[in-house]
Amino acid sequence: MTGARQAGGDRSRDRRRALWFWVFVGPFAAGTALFTYVPLLWSAGLSFFDARNTVTPTDFVGLDNYTAVLTDDAFLDSLGTFALFTAFIVPATYALSLALALMVNRVRRAQAFFRSVFFLPAACSYVVAALIWKMSLFSGVRFGLANTVLGWFGADPVPWLATTHPPWYWLVIVTVRLWLQAGFYMVLFLAGLQRIDPVLYEAAAVDGARPGWQVLRTITLPQLRATSVAVVLLLVINAFQAFDEFYNLLSDARGYPPYARPPLVYLYYTALGQGQNLGVGSAGAVVLALVIAVVTVGQARWLRLGRSDADG
Amino acid sequence: MDDALVRVGRALRLALLIALALLFLVPFYLLVRNGLASEQDITSPEWTLFPSEVRWENVRELFQDTSVPFARSLLNSALIAVATTLGTVVLASLAGYGLARIPYRHADKVFYAILGTLMVPAAVTFVPSFVLVSSLGWISTLRGLVVPTLFSAFACFVFRQYFLGFPRELEDAAQVDGLGHWRTYWLVVVPNARPVLAAVAAIVFIGAWNSFLWPLVIGQDRSAWTVQVALSSFTTSQVIRLHELFVAAAVSILPLLAVFLCFQRWIVAGVERSGID
Repeated sequence: MTGARQAGGDRSRDRRRALWFWVFVGPFAAGTALFTYVPLLWSAGLSFFDARNTVTPTDFVGLDNYTAVLTDDAFLDSLGTFALFTAFIVPATYALSLALALMVNRVRRAQAFFRSVFFLPAACSYVVAALIWKMSLFSGVRFGLANTVLGWFGADPVPWLATTHPPWYWLVIVTVRLWLQAGFYMVLFLAGLQRIDPVLYEAAAVDGARPGWQVLRTITLPQLRATSVAVVLLLVINAFQAFDEFYNLLSDARGYPPYARPPLVYLYYTALGQGQNLGVGSAGAVVLALVIAVVTVGQARWLRLGRSDADG
Repeated sequence: MDDALVRVGRALRLALLIALALLFLVPFYLLVRNGLASEQDITSPEWTLFPSEVRWENVRELFQDTSVPFARSLLNSALIAVATTLGTVVLASLAGYGLARIPYRHADKVFYAILGTLMVPAAVTFVPSFVLVSSLGWISTLRGLVVPTLFSAFACFVFRQYFLGFPRELEDAAQVDGLGHWRTYWLVVVPNARPVLAAVAAIVFIGAWNSFLWPLVIGQDRSAWTVQVALSSFTTSQVIRLHELFVAAAVSILPLLAVFLCFQRWIVAGVERSGID
């Protein structure tokens, strides 16, 4: 008797808790379902239809859209552009933000000032930064700052964004992002550095390790391993999503040039450009989802291979 | 250890830091220099550190120029950023609290379903989201610009982690006083969670103000342009008036610099806590 009544009480308490759970979590969960999962499924569906200028197509085409995307040179080029961009931006940001963190961490005077200055660009939008780079810093005309500095040394002005031989536009694209995000990752590294137990450094000093490279290599970098893994993963995912600076640096009144189109720029012009080919665009999005999943998982495996993180 | 050597090393490091700090400030300098200069000063072949005369009237000209709806786009950005920030903080903190504190059989499954959306990059969702928003008829509306961006898995994750470490005693005391979950949350939890609320609010506000791809895709009519879309239309247009362009860019980052400098402590704490931007 008592047992049954208790079970009944448990059940009604469980039901009350479930109700409260959904009062708190429900709105958010419903929004996530509606604005992330529904579009994903819808788009996966669209990728099997001829969906030009329509979101409710009726013409089933099987895998044709996938064949179209995978044999489209522009799509393959966009993956190549992503790979090249990643090869520049990931090591550059990693090295600069780590170097900034190491220096800011050791500096005795005005530490907060230096941290603020390097972190400040994080408040700037890619649009504004691209505008400064394109119209002033790396403006192709003589009055651009870079060309002015070159002029002091007697060099001719360089048309930074308008030339593909040599492809100077890569320098412009990479430095924008480097400036914008280095301070953000510096903050992550600083947090990692402050978690390192000072006892380790004392022990190293007792063992006769020379300060500088040796301590960096044997203590600091291994201790920063978890932070480094997170930073590299974030850098690659963010490089994959690059759109703003490419669009604002390279496109002008005549449109976007045919080169240097990363995946998101390709998708933008395929799905939302003149043709509004949402079928091919959706197929492209699905392929990109698989690419990013493989890259992320592969990278996580590779970076963590045989190691256990102290401070995951 | 050689004392002199250490001191030289320290001085070198400080010098390098100062040089890098100056280099990092150059873009801000260019923004101010060009924004307050005349067209002739900007295009002059001789570089001058500051414009020959400071032209505050550039600001007035910018707002009087009818070819670009700059005032309207500033207003749109402000409305969108405020609505997105409020909506995200309320929805995500409620969800984070529920996931952390209300025992429910399927809570883990719900949490992983939400967390999973963190792994889905914008490259994958922007075409499908556009499809959904356009079939709802939300193109070029404030709704379309705000509502789909409110469900930030990042914010929900940060709140859940925070509430997991929140001292239970406060809530227990509230329960003893007969408060239910709802009133406990608003009367006890929220007032004690101000640092994390401020951190997430500041990060979301900056992200909303600076976001570009979504407003570009959804805010197609000039009346729905955000400030970033308006600036972008400046740089890609036929005729470019340089001083106007730079003063517009400078005006567009002023609100953000204010938020950034006021909330820096919380933003840094938030970034450290999450590692996700």
